[in-house]
Amino acid sequence: MSETHSFTVGYVRHEMQGPLPPPVAESGAVKWMRENLFSSWLNAILTVVSLFVIWWVLSHTLPWMLAGVWSASSLTDCRNILAERGYSSGACWAVITERWPQLIFGFYPSELYWRPILAFVLLIGAVAPVLYTSLPRKMLWFSLIYPLIAYYLLWGGSVWTPVMLAVGFSLVGMGGTLASNKSGFFFGVLIAILIFLLMFFDPLSALLNVMGGIAGLFSADSVRLSPMIGSLALRDLFPLMPTLSDLLGSIAPIGLESVTSREIGGFLLALVIGLSAIVFSMPLGILLALGRQSDLFIINKVCVTFIEVIRGIPLIVWLFTASTLLNYFLPPGTTFDLILRVIIMVTFFAAAYIAEVIRGGLAALPKGQYEGADSLGLDYWQSMRLIILPQALKISIPGIVNTFIGLFKDTVLVVFIGLLDPIGFINLIRATVEWNGIYWELYIFVGLCFFLFCFFMSRYSQYLERKLRTDHR
Amino acid sequence: MSETAAIERAIDRSQMQVSDEVAIEITNMNKWYGQFHVLRDIDLTVNRGERIVICGPSGSGKSTLIRCINALEEHQKGKIVVDGTHLSSDIKNIDKVRSEVGMVFQHFNLFPHLTILENCTLAPIWVRKTPKREAEQVAMHYLKKVKIPEQANKYPGQLSGGQQQRVAIARSLCMKPRIMLFDEPTSALDPEMIKEVLDTMIELAEEGMTMLVVTHEMGFAQAVANRVIFMDQGQIVEQNEPKEFFNNPKSDRTKLFLSQILGH
Ligand SMILES: Nc1ncnc2c1ncn2[C@@H]1O[C@H](COP(=O)(O)OP(=O)(O)OP(=O)(O)O)[C@@H](O)[C@H]1O
Ligand SMILES: [Mg+2]
Repeated sequence: MSETHSFTVGYVRHEMQGPLPPPVAESGAVKWMRENLFSSWLNAILTVVSLFVIWWVLSHTLPWMLAGVWSASSLTDCRNILAERGYSSGACWAVITERWPQLIFGFYPSELYWRPILAFVLLIGAVAPVLYTSLPRKMLWFSLIYPLIAYYLLWGGSVWTPVMLAVGFSLVGMGGTLASNKSGFFFGVLIAILIFLLMFFDPLSALLNVMGGIAGLFSADSVRLSPMIGSLALRDLFPLMPTLSDLLGSIAPIGLESVTSREIGGFLLALVIGLSAIVFSMPLGILLALGRQSDLFIINKVCVTFIEVIRGIPLIVWLFTASTLLNYFLPPGTTFDLILRVIIMVTFFAAAYIAEVIRGGLAALPKGQYEGADSLGLDYWQSMRLIILPQALKISIPGIVNTFIGLFKDTVLVVFIGLLDPIGFINLIRATVEWNGIYWELYIFVGLCFFLFCFFMSRYSQYLERKLRTDHR
Repeated sequence: MSETAAIERAIDRSQMQVSDEVAIEITNMNKWYGQFHVLRDIDLTVNRGERIVICGPSGSGKSTLIRCINALEEHQKGKIVVDGTHLSSDIKNIDKVRSEVGMVFQHFNLFPHLTILENCTLAPIWVRKTPKREAEQVAMHYLKKVKIPEQANKYPGQLSGGQQQRVAIARSLCMKPRIMLFDEPTSALDPEMIKEVLDTMIELAEEGMTMLVVTHEMGFAQAVANRVIFMDQGQIVEQNEPKEFFNNPKSDRTKLFLSQILGH
């Protein structure tokens, strides 16, 4: 080696020459355009056609939008203003500036707008620690009690209702944790359910009511039979927590002015239904997916049936069920809030979809992950929670977010059972004398709002996927 | 398969003692996959401190046998007693046995969403209820032992195959198992990585660990094992101490297998 070097040394350059800069035509915007827009004849033609289409669409819509009138009291007023300015046509954004409170809040009393606004601001605080793990973990406690705070702010009423709910749920949680530490997760869940029933229902009468309802469905004497069984049970027993909160309410009547469900509408309604369903369908969907994978015959069949039945029937049918048929199973005389019923139905519907998405994630995991967890002596729930679900959920993120986006948009279906979501209010506004005949502006506004929410969800899911990428493949 | 890694280093045999205490006892065990009879009348007693190598042609039931020992597979007939615990369908027993028996797989089966350190501390924390701080100290001790303490905060995807398999061994050791099962731990690895994993296993044997190893590394068998078992078609055909087994195989099936695997 050394000899060769000494012979050839005169010809060998000892320092490397620095790399040359690329030729001018190959860098910057010109290069980008050549590579991406004009790389071939076909590509060039497509580029020109696309540019033409974009120009055509904008040339028809932009002038209409920009000429828009922002303040007017009615559609005719608006048209007059446009004519004065010399435009033949133009948007009438005034309907939004005039009516946006209704589109956002529905008939919520305007002096109480601060309550939904506060609830929304707190929502950001509650969601942040869930979405961004870099925030202190203690904030999760706030996320946990947030649903009760939101409920209290939105509906108002006696402060004791949410307080007793909180007390009841912490008892359920503590009892469940204690029992699961002592004798396994499954037992813990059982105890938790038991305490829950004892606190908030009176299990016997609830059971009898459901039985009465079912019996009623199938028997000719339905009308007589079901209230009979129902009232029979309500005699002696009563649910613990509601009674206690009534009692405290009569001793110390503290609370906010109550707002009825009828007054809640617009985007407020869409958000309440959509977010509740998203939050509650996730755990339910996970349990259903695990149940569908389970070897335990009964659990497996129950989950499969639930998923297939719920998924196989259109949401609108379920919403009608919620608004009418569900009354049938409830104790006579109880008023079970319509919004609550809708939330339950939408949650079930979303959970069935989520379950299938997560099942896909579970199936995609190699068998070795289950075996690795088993071989270390982790029990079923530990291996699910620590090993299997984190990975399966990560794989399922695009599908989950897809389902949530679909779900959020589907909340507009509640307009068909008489709830006034944004679409419902568009119909209302268009029926007034002032704004009769307007449509584009309202639909654009509502569409834009939905788009912003959905776009945020989509962006967040992409952030999450990037953050959770640890496999470095 | 003809070239197996030669074991060059001297083996320290001072701690390698086989005691009279029985670690695993399998009597008349049978297993079926549907109609297919995978394991037939398996009888095997393993004493504490034994190092057993199991070999045999593909599909002969080696993996199935050692997976039955920690109940990753269910057996339908016969009895398996591990460390005094009878393997029945009782879940409590099964989880107990699994936490006492370490297992190393062909494809490592590390948890890709957890760091190396978390992989190692997970089971001690959740199964043994060891405090986190202590579990981490133990994990670092074993990661040093398998010579990769500096990788503790990386993810499995960032490590080479040999490193991953050594992490898998450390992960099992963190549970302080009394028995270790290995299912072809080196057959998914490149030659130079095979050596580092075998070295780790030899060190483990030198400390007196009870080991059952399914492998085709005959160099390892000759250097470390005190017994070699040959399986074919779901049966234990022949077992002997390594010297006798390789120089003087009794059955024709063993001879055929050895001639194929040793390449003459
Ligand atoms: N889950 C299963 N269902 C049905 N048959 C199976 C299953 N797993 C293994 N088998 C069959 O059982 C037999 C024994 O398989 P096993 O994996 O124990 O063989 P092996 O000796 O480990 O082979 P290899 O050296 O290829 O790993 C094979 O014929 C295989 O096809
Ligand atoms: Mg095998």
